[in-house]
Amino acid sequence: MSTPLRREGLDKLTGRERYVDDLDLAGCLWGMTVRSPAARGRIREVRFGDGVDWSEFVVVDFRDIPGPNEIRLIELDQPVLAADRVRHIHEPVVLVAHSSRTMCRRAIEQIEIVVDPEPAVFDFRVEPRAEQVQHDSDNVLSRISINKGDIEAALARADHVVEGVYETGAQEHVYLETQGMAAWLDGDVVVIQGSMQCPFYVLNALMHALGRDASGVRVVQSSTGGGFGGKEDFPSNLAIHTALLALKAGRAVKMIYDRAEDMAATTKRHPSRVRHRTGVMSDGRLVAQDIEVLLDAGAYATLSSVVLSRGIIHAGGPYACDNVRICVRAVLTNSVPFGAFRGFGAPQTQFALERHMDVIAQRLGLDPVEIRRRNLICDGQSTATGQVINDGTDRVALLDLAVAESKFVEKKAAHVSFHAGSAYCRRGLGLATFMHGGGFTGSGEDTLKAKLHVGGCRDGSIEVLSAITEIGQGTKTIFASIVAERLGVDASVVTIATPDTARVPNSCPTVASRSAMVVGRLLERACDDLRARLGLTPEDRGERVQEAIREWHVLHPGEALLGKAEYERPPNIAWDEKTYRGDAYGAFAWGTYVAEVEVDLRTCACRVLSFHAVQEVGRVLNRTLATGQIQGGVVQAIGWALMEDCVWEQGAMKNTQFTNYIIPTTLDVPPISVTFLETPYAFGGGGAKGLGELPMDGPAPAILNAVADAVGIEPVSIPLTPEQLLELLSHDDAT
Amino acid sequence: MPTTLGEALSVLEELKGDAVPIAGGTDLMVSWPERFIEHERTYLDLSGLDELRAHRWTEDALEIGALTTFWDIVRDPQAAREMPILVDAARTVGAVQIQSRGTWAGNIANASPAADGVLSMMALDAVVELAGAEGVEEVHLDELYLGYKQMRKRADQLITRVRIPRRTLEFQSFVKVGSRRAQAITKIGLAITRSDAGWRVVASSMAPTVKRCCAIERMLDDRVPVDGPGGFAAAIGSDVSPIDDIRTTAVYRESVMARVLFHELARVCPWICAGGDSV
Amino acid sequence: MTMPLEPGQIEVAFTLNGREVVVVVDAAARLLDTLRYQLGLTGTKEGCGEGECGACTVCMNGNPVNSCLVPIFQARGCKVETVESVENEAVFALLGSGGTQCGACTPGVVMTVLWIVKNRDVLETHSVRELMAGNLCRCTDYDGIINGVDRAAATGGAG
Ligand SMILES: Cc1cc2nc3c(=O)[nH]c(=O)nc-3n(C[C@H](O)[C@H](O)[C@H](O)COP(=O)(O)OP(=O)(O)OC[C@H]3O[C@@H](n4cnc5c(N)ncnc54)[C@H](O)[C@@H]3O)c2cc1C
Repeated sequence: MSTPLRREGLDKLTGRERYVDDLDLAGCLWGMTVRSPAARGRIREVRFGDGVDWSEFVVVDFRDIPGPNEIRLIELDQPVLAADRVRHIHEPVVLVAHSSRTMCRRAIEQIEIVVDPEPAVFDFRVEPRAEQVQHDSDNVLSRISINKGDIEAALARADHVVEGVYETGAQEHVYLETQGMAAWLDGDVVVIQGSMQCPFYVLNALMHALGRDASGVRVVQSSTGGGFGGKEDFPSNLAIHTALLALKAGRAVKMIYDRAEDMAATTKRHPSRVRHRTGVMSDGRLVAQDIEVLLDAGAYATLSSVVLSRGIIHAGGPYACDNVRICVRAVLTNSVPFGAFRGFGAPQTQFALERHMDVIAQRLGLDPVEIRRRNLICDGQSTATGQVINDGTDRVALLDLAVAESKFVEKKAAHVSFHAGSAYCRRGLGLATFMHGGGFTGSGEDTLKAKLHVGGCRDGSIEVLSAITEIGQGTKTIFASIVAERLGVDASVVTIATPDTARVPNSCPTVASRSAMVVGRLLERACDDLRARLGLTPEDRGERVQEAIREWHVLHPGEALLGKAEYERPPNIAWDEKTYRGDAYGAFAWGTYVAEVEVDLRTCACRVLSFHAVQEVGRVLNRTLATGQIQGGVVQAIGWALMEDCVWEQGAMKNTQFTNYIIPTTLDVPPISVTFLETPYAFGGGGAKGLGELPMDGPAPAILNAVADAVGIEPVSIPLTPEQLLELLSHDDAT
Repeated sequence: MPTTLGEALSVLEELKGDAVPIAGGTDLMVSWPERFIEHERTYLDLSGLDELRAHRWTEDALEIGALTTFWDIVRDPQAAREMPILVDAARTVGAVQIQSRGTWAGNIANASPAADGVLSMMALDAVVELAGAEGVEEVHLDELYLGYKQMRKRADQLITRVRIPRRTLEFQSFVKVGSRRAQAITKIGLAITRSDAGWRVVASSMAPTVKRCCAIERMLDDRVPVDGPGGFAAAIGSDVSPIDDIRTTAVYRESVMARVLFHELARVCPWICAGGDSV
Repeated sequence: MTMPLEPGQIEVAFTLNGREVVVVVDAAARLLDTLRYQLGLTGTKEGCGEGECGACTVCMNGNPVNSCLVPIFQARGCKVETVESVENEAVFALLGSGGTQCGACTPGVVMTVLWIVKNRDVLETHSVRELMAGNLCRCTDYDGIINGVDRAAATGGAG
């Protein structure tokens, strides 16, 4: 069977695809944002310069917000526009719109936000002083713990206790299309169209801040040029801003961030510090994992508590260990808020774990492959939350396959002779074994109850109505294939409705690797429902289904034919939110990644020479798209591991240009070799598990392990820039 | 838009140096919408000066015109044969989209301490031709810069040509250390040549301007034995003055320059070879 | 002659996708702005505005350039080609190789790819990877793009 091609691919390749800034909104105004110059303080005054005729501009501040001045997400702590206090640099205070973008740009330079500063906190690792406390008694926004077995007893009887502290830096999403929204009024309805992952998040946030019910707001996704989590939470903020300007102007308004503003003012990946204390027997068996995780949440809660939750569940990794204690905290600082980013906490905690596994192996004189082989969960054993894994995947075989595919042993031998002939290059190999849960954490799917419809149209074609957004991952193509397979029709008769809150049901957000696995499954069930409504049986496929649809319309003129489905928890899944015990995810995808690096000892630059990604992801629905997801994720993680370095000043990113925030180019990455093992997951769409985030977890530790192998030091933090490595190596020289 | 050099020069003179020449625009146009103050300036578009476009090989020099782009040199096999460090430098400037617009003259006039084109040209003893209403003068590229973004070129002068002498080069090498393998601004740059005229060692991003390293050149001319990167430390200290900035640190710059220098030279200078620890 | 110009405006004539066009624009406009907001050719994207990402790549007088760095007055008399001139057949190879995901970098990628395919002799001195280094993509590992070029180059342009 040939792999279906990306549905919207030709439109993208010929420039026909329309993104928000491509929409022609005749006579629209351009909106821009005036931001706080201070990290924390009271706003004393907003000064409008004299040189500008302000009557030509639409100006909005917090007093123009019809509803509560709150961005509705998990907490309500973040204001739409700062009223009297600011908590981070670049916090939005005033909005300005004008028909000329240049005029607008000039005008915002003439608005001065005068702030009486208060003591701010920027280092999340340091206990705040009294005057820096801004939340509870210690700035801790959220904490969770997991307890399994008896950690102290296990540590006491372990042959060795190995400790380590690991850190990861912030990461900017760098979706190639910056954040952008358009807003206008359609009668009484505020219409928002823009770049986003989650139309219903935006809808809910708009309803709240604008004080309107669902009938007064409509949200439509426009083609979205990448998200990676960056367009999960932030678009709500921008949508409200754009809507406020449009309401005040009575005209259409577009707000399109330029790159520098996007990098400076929007969310990033949470920086982390993870402390491990591991009890291990001489043969390498883990008997105790004591783990402490700290995340920098930034100035507002955003999704930090959920990131923390995914972080904690993945912190113990794919290993069977009977005694586990994990404590995690997210602390408030005065940095620009951190938010969702592909992997959602799991890359941070698994970076620490997988680096730590190599440190343990080194300490015990064990082979890094062997120590993992001895600890990987076998079916019947359980994760840190006590979730018993029984999915038929042989994780040890997966590890062995990765070792074989990457020619791990042969390459190690080749490195020895390479080193004999090279004056200043050192090569090394490293690996990481890891997992990623698909769908929302714990009871998330159960409480949110996603919905999806499949419409049978008069001409016999079939339309998928869901809120899942195409952001490059290929959802449109996958959904069409699922319908085609389920109903036996050709994919060309399936259309995918634009996510428009006026038309589609709430399938919940496009996040958490859930689209194919969770919503894809809903799609199958909605197809079944459609067939049932037509009085057909599962044996009725293809043209019979289409014919039945056409006939139905003849009998029911003017009515809509919809097959419907709502989320149902797979059987035998139980989760206790209070104790964090039970089945955290319906299914985990598993991976072993192997990186080969070369370190240039003159420049201390590390280069990835080859990369093998081997994973089990349930059934692969579309090989080209799945491979592309893995490859792109690996490259994003290579950037995070080696070069993407946010330079901070007062909690704001300083290097907000592509010339100084460095992401990998064609010459910085090797082709990424991708191998799938497939064990169909019974409750995933088409048998799939989630795979979008998985590739973010493994590369950073695999690469650092390879660097450790190459140069014989133990790096513990990323990004491992050449400057960092130079420092580590000179320190090493000195001792 | 002027179409002859004469016209261009008279515009410059008329506007008393207030006109800003623009060639490929790859420096001037960066983040253009945000630089709206600069929208008000008067630009003198050089792109119509066809007479200054082509580069040519004379008997004793390569002459680069004011509009010659990096790409023009990249595509010239003669350059690859005779002056590979020009091609090497050009290939590292941004990527094709920048190379096809960016000019060598613009690289010089922009006066960045990180300029890759300048680095190689300086190591090849390039001479810059400056034309103004008062006539034409020639300045050696290594004497052009006075300080950070400061040059011995008046605002009413244009760079019309760069002349690079054709010499027998026993050795030439261009090394650029950036923060990634393509599209990177230089953190440490080195161009090294050896000809009848002696050694030339030029460093970029190590001082307020691209700069010849005379102390290092002297060490090489005198064949001072060096047994490791540390052997260059004193000379580097007197030749350059690196700083911390958003891209890297002074410590990194200094120590990487020493290592790169050592390993490049160890390939060709028998008196430079590893003693104990070579890196 | 045409209508008198407003202060700060200029008239620019150039060849766009094989057609002569004359535009009256703000003298400070970039080629990118003119294409997108004046001529409605929104295929060309702005990714960074600083010449780094290549999303705004167009061909100018036969070479790929970043249209965000071209002042419109320098387009006078030039031949400009944008992604709107690209036929479906020319990009089938990239579609099949997974060369596009979110699509934001894609129009720029396509312009560079097709330039390589049209000027295959550049492959004598350059690798495809080096030639594509000016097009940043955040979704792929570039492999789909590189393979797309190789496939297209092998078949002479059409998929
Ligand atoms: C994404 C990107 C990457 C880059 N990477 C590199 C790199 O790796 N290495 C590097 O060295 N540079 C790099 N640059 C900088 C730039 O491309 C070079 O400096 C280029 O040589 C400038 O030439 P231009 O013709 O485009 O200059 P312009 O932008 O047209 O002009 C630059 C300056 O020179 C003046 N000028 C131009 N021509 C003349 C003349 N004939 N006489 C007098 N004054 C003149 C202008 O007034 C202006 O001050 C990069 C730029 C970008 C945007």
